[in-house]
Parts: sequence; structure tokens; C-alpha cells
Amino acid sequence: MTRHDVIHPMREQRMSSSTPLTLALAAALIGAVVQPALAQPKPAAAVLQSAASEIAFTTRQMGVPVEGKFSKFSAQISLDPKQPETGSVAFAIDTGSARFGAPEIDAEVPKPTWLNVGKFPQATFQSSSIKTAGAGKFEVAGKLGIKGAVRDVVVPVQLQQAGSGTGMTSTASGSFTIKRLDFKVGEAEWADTSMLGNDVVVRFKLVLSGLPPQ
Amino acid sequence: MATLHTAPRYTTTAMALHWVLAVLILGALAVGLTMTGLPFSPLRLKLYNWHKWAGISILLLSALRLLWRLTHRPPAAPPMPPWQARAAQAAHLALYALFLAVPLAGWAYSSSAGFPIVLFGVLPLPDFVPADRALAATLKPVHVALAWTLGAVVVLHVAGALKHQFHQRDGLLQRMLPSRT
Repeated sequence: MTRHDVIHPMREQRMSSSTPLTLALAAALIGAVVQPALAQPKPAAAVLQSAASEIAFTTRQMGVPVEGKFSKFSAQISLDPKQPETGSVAFAIDTGSARFGAPEIDAEVPKPTWLNVGKFPQATFQSSSIKTAGAGKFEVAGKLGIKGAVRDVVVPVQLQQAGSGTGMTSTASGSFTIKRLDFKVGEAEWADTSMLGNDVVVRFKLVLSGLPPQ
Repeated sequence: MATLHTAPRYTTTAMALHWVLAVLILGALAVGLTMTGLPFSPLRLKLYNWHKWAGISILLLSALRLLWRLTHRPPAAPPMPPWQARAAQAAHLALYALFLAVPLAGWAYSSSAGFPIVLFGVLPLPDFVPADRALAATLKPVHVALAWTLGAVVVLHVAGALKHQFHQRDGLLQRMLPSRT
């Protein structure tokens, strides 16, 4: 009985005198929960279909384009194409998986002069901002780390989606150019860019599942 | 000696093509033999590219030379036994065939190995075979065998010319040398 006596009057008092306050609190509470959710939702993580994906790079040796590929890489990608600025992209690429397909070159790539795989087994990319750049196009800015050096890069990405629902696959593709000497790839006698060009074109095709429709 | 100086000669164009090609072919053979044994280095990369550029130059100049040869009658050779004339003709036919076959096989080998040729570092040449390691493994010994054959026929050709020059002393070589008068 005493509890009723205590609680009831309090409830009566709240309901009668504090309704605007309660509404304001409720609104603030809803706002606190909903507002960030609208501005900063965590998009679902996409799953990279590694076998169907490709990361390749083209160097120029005395003008001759020679293409290599990384066969082992992983990614953490969460992106809502409708709100790309909320997304993030991170990559880890096994430097030891680089192959040109020419045995005499493949034997050299892991050495300290080139990728120094023993000391730097992974190259990394971490996005800092993702912007829309037209229909199905995005600009992913971030930090690229190779062989202990980190450089800012802006990566243009084209996104194509096929299928629907859970069966939908997204293909993100694009290319960008980096300077190999920024990352000390090719040291000493190989630093001569007249023999081996400084520009390396990185080309990628990433097949993802679990990305929201654009 | 006066008769030698006035003896019929190849045209200046034919002589120029002959001697330029002689230098290019001997150079390409020498570089080809050297480069494969080198460790991975800028020098090795340079020699491979020079070798390819020389090979393409040989191919183009030989095509030009073949056209010239077909449209210009060579000077008569000094009298010699018929078997020697036939052997010389066979060697010349083999040389022309190899001038074209060796570079073509090398070009195909380079393309199949995944290294398209960029002539003098500026002019990308088309690949007429796909990049295919298995094909490259087949074409490499073909290119090498044809190149050795070319080297062998060149040795016969030079030996024949020297025999005429120093044994017969019949002035055959003068037909391919600029006039000294």
C-alpha cells in the first residue's frame, strides 16, 4: 500500500506536469539513437570473392609493358553505394604472391631490391574517405603502404552490380598509377627509370557479395 | 688487277644491305649468345632489347633486300664447277629464308613469353601469337635452332667467299666490295 501511495502520486505528477519534458527527453533519446544511425550507419561488410577477383600491375621495361599479378589478398569492405562516405575499404596484399609468369623475374621480385617480402610480407591500403564521382563511380582516397613507405592515393572505382537480393554480385574495377620509387621498389642499379619506368599502373577487378544495391 | 676493278659489281644498294645486315646478324648472334648467360640485371635487360631490335631490323632490311634481289640481276659469278654454283645458290636461298625465319621465330617467342616487342623502346609491335608459356617453351628451341643454322650457313658462305678470294683468286669477292678506283 505504501508503495502505491508513493509511486502513484509520482506517476500522477509526471503525467500531469512533466509531459512536455518527457516528450522532449523522448525526442532527444530517439534523436540520439536515430540521428547517428542515419548519418553514420555501419554498412554491412561485403565479402570479397577472391578467386574471381584480380589485382594486377603493369611495369614498363625499356618501353615494354610487362604485367604481374598478386594472387593472394584479403579485404575488409563495408560500403553502401547510396552513402559511400559512410563506408570503408581496407586491403592486405601478400607481396610474396606477386607473379609475372616469367621465372627469371619471379625469382627476383621477393628480394630486398624489389618487394623485400621477408621484411614486408604485406602491402596495405586503408581508405580515409569515399566519395561519389558520378553514376556507379566512386573516388576512394586512402593510404597505400608498400615496403614500409606510406603514400596517399586516390583510387577511382567503377561499380557494376548484377543479380538481385542475396544473389547479387558487385564488381568494383579501376586502375591507378603509382610511382615505384616512392616505395623504393627497384633499388640501386634498378632505380634508373630509363630502364624500368617509375610509373606502375595498378589495375583491379574485385568481385563482392553482400554489397547493398546502388 | 685492273680487270678485277672493272669486274661487274653488285649495286650500291645491294652492297649496303649486304654489309649492314652482316654486321647486324653477327651482332645479334653474339648478343644472343651472351645475354642468356647473364644474371638478372639492367645489362641483361638492355641486351635482350637490343637483340630484339636488331632482329626486327634484320627482318625488315631482309624483306627489302629480297625485293631488291628479285628486281635486280646480280653480277655474273666467276666460272666454277656446277656443284659449287649449285651449293652457292642453295646457301643463298637458305640465308634468305633464315634472315626472315630467325627473327620471326624470335618475335613469336618474345610475344609468347609475355614480352611484346617495342621497337627502339618507342614503337610497340603487334603480337601475332598469344602470351602462352607452353607455346614459349616450344618456340624458344625453334628460334635457337634456326639461329644456329643461320650461323652455320654464314660460316659456309664466308668460307666459300674466302676460298674464292685466297685460293681461286678469281675476284668473286670484289663483286660485293666498293670500287677502289
